Amino acid sequence: MRLRKTYLALILMFLYAPIFILMLQSFNASRTMGAWGGFSLHWYAALFQDRNIAQALYNTVTIGLLSATIAAVIGTLAAVGINNMRKGAKKIVLGLSSIPVANPDIVTGVSLLILYLSVFRLVGAGRLGYMTLLLAHIAFNIPYVILSVLPRFKHMNKHLYEAALDLGASPRYAFLKVVVPQLMPGIVTGWVLAFTLSVDDFMVSFFTTGAGVSNLSLIIFSMARTGVNPMINALSTLMFVFVMVLLFIINMRDSIKLKKLGG
Amino acid sequence: MKKFAVIAMLMVAVFVTGCAGQSDSESSIHVFNWGNYINPDVVQMFEEEYGITVIYSTFESNESMYTTIAMGGNVYDVLFPSDYMIYRMIQEELLRPINFDNVPNISHVSERFMGLEFDPQNRYSAPYKWGTLGILYNTTMVNSVIDSWEALWNPDYANLIFMYNSERDSMAVALKLLGYSLNSTNEDEINRARDLLIEQRPLVRAYVTDVVKDLMIAGEAALAVVYSGDAVFTMMHNPDLNYVIPREGSNLWVDAMVVPHNANNPEGAEAFINFMLRPEIAAMNTNFIGYTTANATALEMGLIDPALMEMPGFDITDEEYRRLEVFIDLGEFRDVYTRAFTTVLGS
Amino acid sequence: MKSKALAYPYIIWMIIFTVIPILLIVHYSFTVTTGNVTSFTLDNLARFFDPLYVNILRRSIVLAAQATGICLLLGYPVSYILAQKEFRDRNILLFLFVVPMWMNFLIRTYAWLTILGTNGVLNSVLTFFGLPPMQLLFNDGAVLLGLVYTFLPFMILPIYVSIQKIDQSLIEGAQDLGANGFNVFRRIILPLSLPGVVSGLTMVFMPAVATFVVSNLLGGGQFILIGNLIEQQFLLVGNWNFGSALALILMVLIVLCNVLLSFLNKETKEEAI
Repeated sequence: MRLRKTYLALILMFLYAPIFILMLQSFNASRTMGAWGGFSLHWYAALFQDRNIAQALYNTVTIGLLSATIAAVIGTLAAVGINNMRKGAKKIVLGLSSIPVANPDIVTGVSLLILYLSVFRLVGAGRLGYMTLLLAHIAFNIPYVILSVLPRFKHMNKHLYEAALDLGASPRYAFLKVVVPQLMPGIVTGWVLAFTLSVDDFMVSFFTTGAGVSNLSLIIFSMARTGVNPMINALSTLMFVFVMVLLFIINMRDSIKLKKLGG
Repeated sequence: MKKFAVIAMLMVAVFVTGCAGQSDSESSIHVFNWGNYINPDVVQMFEEEYGITVIYSTFESNESMYTTIAMGGNVYDVLFPSDYMIYRMIQEELLRPINFDNVPNISHVSERFMGLEFDPQNRYSAPYKWGTLGILYNTTMVNSVIDSWEALWNPDYANLIFMYNSERDSMAVALKLLGYSLNSTNEDEINRARDLLIEQRPLVRAYVTDVVKDLMIAGEAALAVVYSGDAVFTMMHNPDLNYVIPREGSNLWVDAMVVPHNANNPEGAEAFINFMLRPEIAAMNTNFIGYTTANATALEMGLIDPALMEMPGFDITDEEYRRLEVFIDLGEFRDVYTRAFTTVLGS
Repeated sequence: MKSKALAYPYIIWMIIFTVIPILLIVHYSFTVTTGNVTSFTLDNLARFFDPLYVNILRRSIVLAAQATGICLLLGYPVSYILAQKEFRDRNILLFLFVVPMWMNFLIRTYAWLTILGTNGVLNSVLTFFGLPPMQLLFNDGAVLLGLVYTFLPFMILPIYVSIQKIDQSLIEGAQDLGANGFNVFRRIILPLSLPGVVSGLTMVFMPAVATFVVSNLLGGGQFILIGNLIEQQFLLVGNWNFGSALALILMVLIVLCNVLLSFLNKETKEEAI
């Protein structure tokens, strides 16, 4: 048992040491990584004054929220439709849906770049930017929503919907009030997955963005290319704390639910 | 099926208008510049004075900047290419003539940089900074006089050498060492230069770009191929560093501001260029980034930090000038360079 | 509710954003444009068989395979230990192993930049103990380390899930029949965890073989992988035809890997039963 615990501890150290070093460095007054120049919040102040980072943060969050939400809507509708398809059609649609999941991100990125530029040439207008970035994120997010929602149909009570219709509900009303709530756990999982994928994405964004539009991943890449930058340390620390808190809340909620169910 | 067609048409329409309809307000310009090539305060001053928002992006090489512009889908208002790339872009009609009535400050630019081969009538470009390509070395880490490109092939400095990750610049180093023109279009010469660079590979720590400044200041390597402006900047931060233009000769370059053919706000672009050509502004940029300004008035008025002006590489002697060559665009032959350099990196 | 039409928006979407882009890649792979004339050609694909590019692909595959192998060696024991029933704090531990997956990928790579530099953290430690600083950045080792670090959690999670799913009574039954710990592992746990291993392998190998960020930041510009080559063709050289051909080759490679792995998966499942 001790050996096992030591092994886990070593791997955890490997996973966390770099992150903690980054966090520590973000409070280092000195620019160089090796030397400790005293405690300082200087890099955080610089971070909050940086207009480009603020803009990138805004883009990351809005694209994450919008792409996840739009993907959740289109994906849920698609899942319902796919569930009603004949076996052959279902197979084809699901097979094609898995392309963005199975393809390397770099291929998805360049293929969308070609698509955009081909359309722009055809139309004679258009530019890469926020919109192309958003569309690309929706595109790679939808399959994940579908894959999260589809398994829910197994647990669904088909008769409820028909009963609602018999009781005089309009199909739309019955769909929203009966079907959607039953699919909700899958939709939520899909949404969360889509949101995190969007926030984390670098590769697809790299190829589909344009003049002056970037997200946090892109800005970190361009800053890191010019060397170690203490502002990235501060940014990383904030992002890490944010992710930790978020995951902690999600986990707490789940375990409370479990306890309630158990009690 | 009807429903299907309607939805399809709707979605295509939304997609096209969504991307095509993104036009900026009149009060913004998109600037596309090299990384670390401007004083950020200057951008802010321009915005405050003119009420024009600057949307700023950076590139790493002339070639990547060119591809971004040439492939379309990106609209910029001001670019900062080098001489040979300006020539190519003029030839390919990717640039738009500047209305110099709106850029009176062009008069501050040194005569030396006007009417150069890449833009003989000065219709498209307004010179920004100029410099050379040379060796930056750490005096505490070298044991001999550094005055030749040959030092980069000296096994004593194995793993202590940084090369510049740019095909024209890296090939220029080898071509010059072999005694050829850095604009050679002789395939044998290119192959020899390529083989020389492949031979050098085991000695090279890495092929880098902007990061070279941090690395040299930190004392990571003995030798690095750099642009003179980066050399001046790093020497200001680390007194152990020195810069030399090797005796075999090297490249002399000029970066200038240009307006691309599809600029959205050419008036804003011209206002920006004119602002950048003000002697005080030109000096602010040079004092911040270390690159030598093409602005004669800024130098005459003594606006440049004297410490910078004393740095080797900030200015050149007549003797050095005679050893220097300006890049010219190679036309179709540039593919040979690209392949040669990819072979070096991929070997 | 019974309507298939609900999927129509998505199907159109999929045609525009998945099917057409892939067709465009195929189109550019097999054509060349001179002036205004576009004609069919196999040159783009043939060009790839230049030893220069084949070597780059080989190096990418070898590096990704090494990273995947190391992830498996390091990750399997973690999943195995975590799945042990006697572990009390298992959920918290699992949580800790999963968190790095949610960290921004760029930050995870960047972290090593600050650690491995000559004046970085690791060398400060070395100098503190009177040892000479080492050159840790810009070499194969740094890239490999970056890949392993980035993708390790993606190996741990699927293996953990598959081990945890194993029916406890199978293990107990084997023990009752006199199998020792090693035999239980070899005959029951290992074969039954293979589906997890297979999905772990895919989840690590696939992004590792196509990356250009890790090689770019930790390997220096001279470290060209197939991902770097594709990026260069599109954003530096501007040759969509050759770039598309490379993307197509990468895609085919990934499909082949997937087929091979799912085949392996099926085989082992049958054997286990």
